[in-house]
Amino acid sequence: MKSVGIIVAVAVALALQTTLGRFVPAGTIAVDLVLVVVVYVALTSGPGIGLLTGTFAGLVQDALSSNVIGIGGLAKTIVGFLAGILGTQFIVAQSLPRFVVFFGATVAHAIVFMGLYMLLDLRHFGAPYAAVAGQAVGNAVVGVVAFQVVELLPGAVERRRSQRTRLRR
Amino acid sequence: MTLLHLRQRSGYLFLGVMLGHILLISAQVNSRSGVPVLEAVTFGIFSEIQRGVSTGVSGARGVWGGYVGLRNLKSENDALKRQLAAAEVAAQEQRAQVDRVRSLEQLLELRDRSNLQTAAAEIIGAAASPDFRTVTINKGTRDGLRPDMSVIAPAGVVGRIVVPSARAAKVQLLIDRNAAVGAIVERSRAQGVIVGSGDERLRMEYVSEVFDVVAGDLIVTSGIDGIYPKGFAIGRVETVEKSGSAYKRITVKPAVDFSALENVLVVLTPTAAREAAQGPSQ
Repeated sequence: MKSVGIIVAVAVALALQTTLGRFVPAGTIAVDLVLVVVVYVALTSGPGIGLLTGTFAGLVQDALSSNVIGIGGLAKTIVGFLAGILGTQFIVAQSLPRFVVFFGATVAHAIVFMGLYMLLDLRHFGAPYAAVAGQAVGNAVVGVVAFQVVELLPGAVERRRSQRTRLRR
Repeated sequence: MTLLHLRQRSGYLFLGVMLGHILLISAQVNSRSGVPVLEAVTFGIFSEIQRGVSTGVSGARGVWGGYVGLRNLKSENDALKRQLAAAEVAAQEQRAQVDRVRSLEQLLELRDRSNLQTAAAEIIGAAASPDFRTVTINKGTRDGLRPDMSVIAPAGVVGRIVVPSARAAKVQLLIDRNAAVGAIVERSRAQGVIVGSGDERLRMEYVSEVFDVVAGDLIVTSGIDGIYPKGFAIGRVETVEKSGSAYKRITVKPAVDFSALENVLVVLTPTAAREAAQGPSQ
C-alpha cells in the first residue's frame, strides 16, 4: 500500500514538474519536485525505501529527459539512501534540520549528477553554483512546507470533528 | 520481501542498485546509436499522461475561472455592476481571442513566407527535470514528425525534435546545454556555432577574432548542420569579448521567448544539406 502511495507521489511530482515547468523562465530558480519527494520518503521511511524511491524516480525522470538513463537514477539513489540514514540516525523533526537536509540533499544530488556528466565528458555545466544554491533553497522550502502540511492535516481534521461535535451538543 | 527486510538489507540493496545503475550508464555511453528503447517507450507513455494533465489543468482552470466569476457575480447586488463585470469578462475573452488569432496569423504568415512544408503544434508539457530544456508538443510520428526535424516560431528558431512518439514529440530547445546550431552573423557573414547554456542566453562559438561582430547583430541559421533551414533568426548579439588568441566569446539573446511559447511549427521539408547527405536515390 505504501509503495503505491510512493509511486503516486512520484507521478504527481513529475506531472506537476512538467506542467509548471513551462511557466518558469529558464535561468530562474527551478525546484526539483521529484527530488523533494525522494528526500521526503527517505526521511519518513528509512534508507531502504529511500534508495528504491530514488532509483525509481530517477530512472523515470532520466527516461523523460533526453538523458543518459541511470545518471539521475544513480544520483537520486545515493541521495535517497543518505537521507534515509540521516532520518534514522538523527532526529529530523524540526523545520531547521529538515531545511538543512533538503538543502544538503540537493547539493549532493547536483554534485553526483553534474560530476558524472563531466566525468563521462557528456556535458559541461560551467560554474553552476548560483543555480544549485537557488535550487537547493527552493527544494528545502518546498520540502519543509510539505512536511508541515502533512503533519497539520490530521490535526485540522480532528479539530473540525470536535468543533462539529460541540456544535451539535 | 517485507519493508522490514528491505530496511535490514538496505546496504546490500544500495550496492546492488548502484552496480545496476553503473552497468546501465556504461551500456548507453558505449553505444551511441539512436534513441534508447526505454526512453522512447517511457516517453510515449508519459506524453499521454502529459496530454491528460494538460487537458485536466486547462479544464480545472476553466472551472475555477467560472466559479470565481460566478461568485463575483453573485456578490454583486447592483445590476449595473453585474453587467459591467460581464462586459469586462467578455472584453477579456475577446482580447484573448484576438491575441490567439494574431498568434495563429503569425504562424500562417511564417508558413507562407518560409515556403516550407510545416505542421503546426501546441506545447503540452515541459521537461521532467529542471536540468534539461525540453518541451512536449502534441504532434508525433502519425503527423509525419521524425527525429532531428527543426521546430520554429514566428520570432525564430525554437529547437529540434529529439524523441517522437505516435501522438507527441519531445523538442530540445536551443537553450538546452546539449543544443547546437550552425549560425552566421547576418551583417558580416561570420560563421560559428550557437550552443545553449541552460539559461536564457546562448553562446556563439568558433567565431574567428578577425571577423567583425558587434552587439545588436542579428544571428541567423547557416543551414550547414543539416537540421535547421537556412536564414531563420536565432537571436541578437548581446556582448562580444575576446576569448584567447583565436576566437571571440559572444553572448546571444534568443529571438524566441521560450517561457511564453504556446504554438510552434515543425518543418517537415528536409533541408538541402540533409537531402544531399541522403543521396539522389532516396
